[in-house]
Amino acid sequence: MNRIKKTFNKLNKENKKALGIFITAGDPNFENSLKLITNLPDNGADFIEIGMPFSDPMADGPSIQLSSQRALKSGMNIKKCLSLIKIFREKNIHTPLILMGYYNPIYKFGKEKFIKKCIEFGVDALIIVDLPPEEDDEFYFEAEKNNLSMIRLVTPTTDEKRLKKILLNASGFVYYVSITGITGTQAPNIKNVQDNIKKIKQVTDLPIVIGFGIRSPGQATLMSDVSDGIVIGSAVVDLIKKSIDGEGVSGGEELTTCLDFTKEISKALKHN
Amino acid sequence: MTKMNLNSLRTGPDAYGKFGIHGGRFVAETLMPLILDVENAYEKAIKDQSFINELDMYRRDYIGRPSPLYFAERLTEHFGGAKIYLKRDELNHTGAHKINNVIGQILLAKNMGKNKIIAETGAGQHGVATATACALFGFECEVFMGAKDIERQKPNVQRMQLLGAKINPVTSGTGTLKDAMNDALRFWVSNANTHFYIIGTAAGPHPYPKMVRDFQSIIGEEAKKQILEKENQLPNALVACIGGGSNALGLFHPFLDDEEVEIFGVEAAGKGLNSNLHAASLTAGSPGVLHGNRTYLLQDDDGQIIDAHSISAGLDYPGIGPEHSWLHDIGRIKYLSTTDDQSLDAFKLCSSLEGIIPALEPAHALHITGKLASERKGQIIIMNMCGRGDKDLSSVLPLIMKNDT
Ligand SMILES: Cc1ncc(COP(=O)(O)O)c(C=O)c1O
Repeated sequence: MNRIKKTFNKLNKENKKALGIFITAGDPNFENSLKLITNLPDNGADFIEIGMPFSDPMADGPSIQLSSQRALKSGMNIKKCLSLIKIFREKNIHTPLILMGYYNPIYKFGKEKFIKKCIEFGVDALIIVDLPPEEDDEFYFEAEKNNLSMIRLVTPTTDEKRLKKILLNASGFVYYVSITGITGTQAPNIKNVQDNIKKIKQVTDLPIVIGFGIRSPGQATLMSDVSDGIVIGSAVVDLIKKSIDGEGVSGGEELTTCLDFTKEISKALKHN
Repeated sequence: MTKMNLNSLRTGPDAYGKFGIHGGRFVAETLMPLILDVENAYEKAIKDQSFINELDMYRRDYIGRPSPLYFAERLTEHFGGAKIYLKRDELNHTGAHKINNVIGQILLAKNMGKNKIIAETGAGQHGVATATACALFGFECEVFMGAKDIERQKPNVQRMQLLGAKINPVTSGTGTLKDAMNDALRFWVSNANTHFYIIGTAAGPHPYPKMVRDFQSIIGEEAKKQILEKENQLPNALVACIGGGSNALGLFHPFLDDEEVEIFGVEAAGKGLNSNLHAASLTAGSPGVLHGNRTYLLQDDDGQIIDAHSISAGLDYPGIGPEHSWLHDIGRIKYLSTTDDQSLDAFKLCSSLEGIIPALEPAHALHITGKLASERKGQIIIMNMCGRGDKDLSSVLPLIMKNDT
């Protein structure tokens, strides 16, 4: 069984909800983001989303834009991102890893080569923000053929007809974008989220994970009550920003702040 | 992929919005339903006679079309070769070709019941055209403009404000046109149900490249008729500048199947193609995916977008419309480039010989037009004079004076 399925099955049995933490590879630098990722599982993260930075992150708000810029400045690229994952996997064989990014760096790197490396190094799934089902010929089928899950995004603007189309070939879990907007900019409305999750549940048995607008333990609890799990990103990378100095140099403080925050959310989700 | 008609180069894109490998719909899921709506509404509108009649009326009575095709006798004499004709789209209301597209899209927005408009702008010409059309229709208007461009295109910023538009200065990334487009797309994602996004060039996710091309093609349709009337023959060559490529496609598209007509697109070479400070995405870039479409881009080995540079804010974009990328791949159009300095010389030349102060964008086209003309005695060249230079005076004059001393 693959790691994503295993993780959600296990949590489900224990009546727990999954906590996913997003950070950008290379933010604030290679070593510290590796340390962060390595320590996230012990602090309550059930899965990890690793952002591959892009110069023009069209679906991201200021927090992740700045995080991407810090990562690029520190020299991050796909090759280094993959080697970061390789090192992580040498010590951790259980925690699902989801790579998230935009298509251009992957396209430039070479899609076959990228898929091959992802599988070799233990990536479980991909979220490529700017590849909607209309572009499935481009990448999706090739990835699925190689047992690399492609996580589908469902948004508040997705109508029922489209929902079926999106979920037809879905695997891993379904990512529900809780706001009509870019990452980290608004608070989700619980009533709307609840209604939409109900609709999704009618079409799929896959776990449903909510992300894009969750920042606080309170929101985390609310959102996890109506889903199978949540992802927090902007709030985490904001802590990185706060922990480094004006020049972007890190004294390592972000390891403490980000991991403490993860612990706090995990506690709110009643993980133990 | 659905097959394109092999007997014509004018039938693209296919059903997926592709021109060869270029184009497509590379957008976040939140935007997908919206661009499908725009596509449906557009396909319906262009078959609707009342939409066409309304568009024709605004073209004629508001924009001032048809624009003249003018025989530039003194420029012709100066270069001593081919006869140079200028398609005078700088005489349009608001001073550039951008309004041709904006009027089309705002009528579509009206059809779709959307009365809040957003736009990105580089030189400010598209922003001004959009602000103008919004004033005309009583629509709310927000324009996204790079902080750097706000500095170098002051007069246009003031015009937009006077017309009632709200300007959103863009400081993300490098604060130029590509970032303005990022922020406009981000805003659109967040206001998906209420706003219509009027994209200013023949780029972005399908159906924009096709839609903008169609609305601009009036330029080439008129030019074809006019040159046949004046010269009783087709031109030997066409020349236009390329930012995203809308004025160029507008002139070129109706001539694509006329094999005997040579076509030249002119990119901005900035401080030189070897300087890393240019905007020549076809000449010096490689295919990639940005702003919803695959096309030639300026990017590094890691697929990160590189900033463009051009003296002309309207050409300062690291991508190009996907149809140009395809026309480049199949070799139908030749893409050349003009440097900042060459465009300044052309700017001065045109002003002093013809009494036409060109925008810096078409000044790039004029440099190439002159070169081609001098090698082609007896031939006819049509160049798209797609904008007037009033907006550029405050940034150009200090440079000209510096260069002259
Ligand atoms: C006068 C003028 N010409 C050309 C352009 C470049 O755009 P396009 O290549 O879409 O015609 C602009 C863009 O702002 C412009 O203002």
